[in-house]
Amino acid sequence: MWNKRIAYGLALIVLAAAPLYLAPYELSLLGRFLALAILALGISLIWGTAGMLSLGQGVFFALGGYALAMHLKLANADAGALPDFMQWSGLDKLPWWWEPFRSPVFAVAGVFILPGIVAALLAFLVFRRRVSGAYFAIITQALALAAATFVISQQQFTGGFNGLTGFGSVFGFSLTDQHTQLALYWITLGALALAYLATRLLLDSRFGTILLAIRDGENRVRFLGYNPLPFKVIAFAFAGVLAGLSGALVTLDLGVISPAMFGVVPSIEMVIWVAVGGRASLIGAVLGTLLVNFGKDWISSAFPDLWLYAMGAAFILVVTLAPTGIVGLAQRWRSIPMLRRPTPPALVE
Amino acid sequence: MTAIASAAPLLEVDHVTVSYDGFKALNDLYFSMLPGSVHVLIGPNGAGKSTLLDTIIGRVRPTEGRIVFKGEDISALPEFRIVQRGICRKFQTPGVLDELSVEANILVAATRDRRSWRSFTMTRSAAERERVEEVLTMIGLIAKRKLPAAQLAHGERQWLEIGMVVASDADLLLLDEPAAGMTNREAGATAQLIRQLAGRHALIVIDHDMDFVEQIAAPVSVLHMGSMLAQGTVEEMRRDPQVAAVYLGKAPKGAADAHA
Amino acid sequence: MSESTLVLGQLFNGISVASILLLAALGLALSFGLMRVINMAHGEMVMVGGYLSYMSIQAFGQGPGFFVGLVVAFICTALFGALMEATLIRRLYGRPLDTLLATWGVSLILQQAARSIFGPTGVEVTAPAWLSGSLALGGTALTGFAVPAVRLFIIVLAALVLGGMTLILSKTKLGLLVRAVHQNRAMAEALGANTRLVDLAVFSLGTGIAGLAGAALALMAPVTPTVGQSYIVYAFLVVIVGGLGSLTGTLFAALLVGIFSAVTQIFTSVSVADVLLLVSVIVFLQFRPRGIVFARSRALEET
Repeated sequence: MWNKRIAYGLALIVLAAAPLYLAPYELSLLGRFLALAILALGISLIWGTAGMLSLGQGVFFALGGYALAMHLKLANADAGALPDFMQWSGLDKLPWWWEPFRSPVFAVAGVFILPGIVAALLAFLVFRRRVSGAYFAIITQALALAAATFVISQQQFTGGFNGLTGFGSVFGFSLTDQHTQLALYWITLGALALAYLATRLLLDSRFGTILLAIRDGENRVRFLGYNPLPFKVIAFAFAGVLAGLSGALVTLDLGVISPAMFGVVPSIEMVIWVAVGGRASLIGAVLGTLLVNFGKDWISSAFPDLWLYAMGAAFILVVTLAPTGIVGLAQRWRSIPMLRRPTPPALVE
Repeated sequence: MTAIASAAPLLEVDHVTVSYDGFKALNDLYFSMLPGSVHVLIGPNGAGKSTLLDTIIGRVRPTEGRIVFKGEDISALPEFRIVQRGICRKFQTPGVLDELSVEANILVAATRDRRSWRSFTMTRSAAERERVEEVLTMIGLIAKRKLPAAQLAHGERQWLEIGMVVASDADLLLLDEPAAGMTNREAGATAQLIRQLAGRHALIVIDHDMDFVEQIAAPVSVLHMGSMLAQGTVEEMRRDPQVAAVYLGKAPKGAADAHA
Repeated sequence: MSESTLVLGQLFNGISVASILLLAALGLALSFGLMRVINMAHGEMVMVGGYLSYMSIQAFGQGPGFFVGLVVAFICTALFGALMEATLIRRLYGRPLDTLLATWGVSLILQQAARSIFGPTGVEVTAPAWLSGSLALGGTALTGFAVPAVRLFIIVLAALVLGGMTLILSKTKLGLLVRAVHQNRAMAEALGANTRLVDLAVFSLGTGIAGLAGAALALMAPVTPTVGQSYIVYAFLVVIVGGLGSLTGTLFAALLVGIFSAVTQIFTSVSVADVLLLVSVIVFLQFRPRGIVFARSRALEET
């Protein structure tokens, strides 16, 4: 237990010191991938533990991203003027539902609350009638498709295919400023650490046990006097909130949020991060996210045509050969006696 | 408690009919039992034994009639509410939670407060922990408490599920073929366990194995085509020509002729 | 065009969309119902069928090439399905969500392969002369309303396939085995049915139909590497609405989804119609969580 904690502490220190040894480009990549790892924690919770596969996490990611981006567009528009893309579309009045996002408090609260509410509602409506996990996966994919086509089609309100971009500054700090970038990196790292801790606590509590029990035998749990519905809804909403936070951080980091970041394909890509790392392990979700995304960055710049082949192969191989992911492989490695390193007696509990 | 209340039945299956597309799995069935009593249900395949348990626990809803538990109609309650009122069931195919440890399986069952928003804690009440120890000892799995349930042998899985049902502290326990797949010795232990549980809980036990049923030493009801065919002791049921006939698949008269 | 012809036109479009969805969903419904396999590469079978149709028209000319294309598309995609079942799906028995992810991997590889071979923009298939026109319906209410022959052809094709499937399921030995496995896999196995072969046959039949659909669809729209993606989500919604019980459910669900989409598009845009469709499916599930037709089960846990 303690050596694990020390290892995590060391990892945190190494990551926090990254600005000292990474070039700005690599640092910004790392920051973005750490932000994505927050979303991956949520997928690990709902899929790895609770058995609910969502192919629509991008939608909650987008809700967080757009909530913040809308505020940034309004805050950076000239006094009394509409955001640029609305002017280009010939709009002369701000849509009513944009109005509250003028308030930074509303926008930041929205980053958490909007995806949480939408996720809770969806999970409630689908699981209320005990629809199977396969149906749920398909419905979440349809949600990703509908959300992306909808945002693209409503160009004058949403920025359409190009999304929302050109923010300039966030709460008065210029986004291009190096210090802002640095602060953003540390905020992301802190958010990831907090999200990890919160998810860990959730899993270790009685709630986590029941969640695992529900995946194992939902009806058995029901016939032990539990109502599985609120457990599933709470877990799914929690994962939605993590996705929203992730979306807001990535939006700041990239300076853009657009349908290309949350449609059907990006949403299912999020699942492969977690599958590669190890679906049932939180640390696996983080590692998988970093690995797949750095891999994607490298492959798609060196051999652009290969990326989809690589991802396709990753899906097939992980699912058939290593369903527990890297973490599972590592554990199996350690459990082969000949390969096991002798543990110093002092560290054995 | 007044004398009248203690004489009131714990469970009353009040003229229940369950029909699937015209086929009556239960047909105007009446059945009642007192608190703490044990009742064994036997009958050929398709007699409606499992359907009866399904109906009591809310998996199947009565087409007609109602289920009354502790004086209240529970026929329309959601399954988990029925369980919370004090009925718990062991299913025919063992329904243990494979990925949880033996101990965690019992803990999940022994938890009194099953509401989601009260479950964000790490601690367990002393009473719950005590109950877990007690049940683990009772089912003889205390040495295997840390093992995942998936690694248990078949008979042990049966016991684990019985343990879960017991740990729920329900007033009425429904055991669907608790000794299925057990060796004679294991079945004997199970029968003994059931006798021990009587009094503190009421039990309905379904089984096919007459030797096992005999060891439970409780009143037996024979179910046939969704109706109650006969009730009495095991010995009486063995001698009943009607019961013999339904098991042999012949009409009572024909069965009598064959013996003549 | 008068209002009634507009409505009538959309209704016809709805039936036409429904027939496409039916062709795409039949295989999905069969393999999901029978084996609990969610084949995300099913859409790519449509895409492969389209390219095969294109190639055979290139090779054999417009008239005969089109028919050759239908046959070749069916056979090749059925074989591909068999290959997929034998090498991949079989390893994932009992893990429906994992079949979803693995077949998604297959789908990505096929899309990228199509992009590498045929380029990203897609190819056009021109219909044979006898399919390129449209049937104009004269008459008082229907003046100005013309039915494109290609769409009519696809409706007829879907009807034929549905009829064929019904015959296979109700009259042949394979059909009997399929029904037996569907009702109780363990029992069918115990009675000596070769369930692996049944799975293989059903899965490849399903992918074959998707390939056939793709060959026919190529007449309506250009074949692109991502053409399968535009059908797969709707086809899955059809499976959800139809339930896993029967072909009848799938048929009615396809009609429901197809006509719903077409009719809502009279009032609103395609993207809003998509959102409405999804909302309607979720609302529908509140009333019929297992779809239009479903089979009861006594198992404690269902997959």
